Amino acid sequence: MTTIQSIAGENEQHPDVALVARVRAGDVSAYDTLVRKYERQIFRIAQHITQNREDAEDVMQDAFLKAYEKLDQFQGNSKFYTWLVRIAVNESLMRLRKRRTGKMVSIDEDLETEEGTVPRDLADWAPDPEQNYNQAELAEILRKTIQGLPQGFRVVFALRDVEGLSTEETAETLGLSIPAVKSRLLRARLQLRERLSRYFRKKAGTRETAPAEARPAQ
Amino acid sequence: MDPGRGLGCDLAHGLGDCKVTCTEFLTLLDDLIDDSVAAETRAEVEKHMHKCGHCEVIFNTTRKTIEIYRSHEIYDLPTDLRDRLHAAIMARCKKGC
Repeated sequence: MTTIQSIAGENEQHPDVALVARVRAGDVSAYDTLVRKYERQIFRIAQHITQNREDAEDVMQDAFLKAYEKLDQFQGNSKFYTWLVRIAVNESLMRLRKRRTGKMVSIDEDLETEEGTVPRDLADWAPDPEQNYNQAELAEILRKTIQGLPQGFRVVFALRDVEGLSTEETAETLGLSIPAVKSRLLRARLQLRERLSRYFRKKAGTRETAPAEARPAQ
Repeated sequence: MDPGRGLGCDLAHGLGDCKVTCTEFLTLLDDLIDDSVAAETRAEVEKHMHKCGHCEVIFNTTRKTIEIYRSHEIYDLPTDLRDRLHAAIMARCKKGC
């Protein structure tokens, strides 16, 4: 995937560098620009990890406040966004830990499953299968499906495929090795594909292929 | 993990002049989707997919899976909530947190 950085060229400075410098010099309005730029992404990442809207709202606020407080510690070796995502991931895991009354929570849990390592559903999908559902139904299917993934797969898929971080950035953000990110990404993609096949596979007719639980609660 | 085991097709050991097996196809799947394989390897994989319908389905549906998740917002942040959270963050930053 083409990243913003590669479009800009390696020698050109990322626009966030100037914004961060302005914030460090005391210009709060520059931070307003950074928050505006990344708040949606940070909220989504927090939702992917916590799977709870209220927690995601808290994480989003805490992550931006912590980043503001600790901006002096930002070395500039990585992009501001990657650094911010790392803070948001840690805040999300802390939030989960609170909900589980102190029990350790890590991105390594529940990875022993063998599900999805071998593709079993080999049926082809309907052309443009998402068009068989309205927006609300489709969003519900996609949410349920990704929520069923183990945490360690879900967060890698969310960062790498939904938010568009590179493999290296994902590894750095999560404190994982590059081979670990690659292995988790493959398994996440295969598991999601397998689960979505239930809804999207090609059959005679269309809507009757949707499992009943795909319908959103009225 | 044993990618390709039990794929359900008969090409686990390759097919005729095909240099890529189903097992190898699966290990290359992510790099194929991310377009980070050499042109020569891609050509061999495409030759394999042309002969192996199952691998072609896996490739197309996995790519579609990613595309669907990228193009649909499943955790929407409504404008009013976004504005409220944004205002709360900036108010605290202005106070020095």
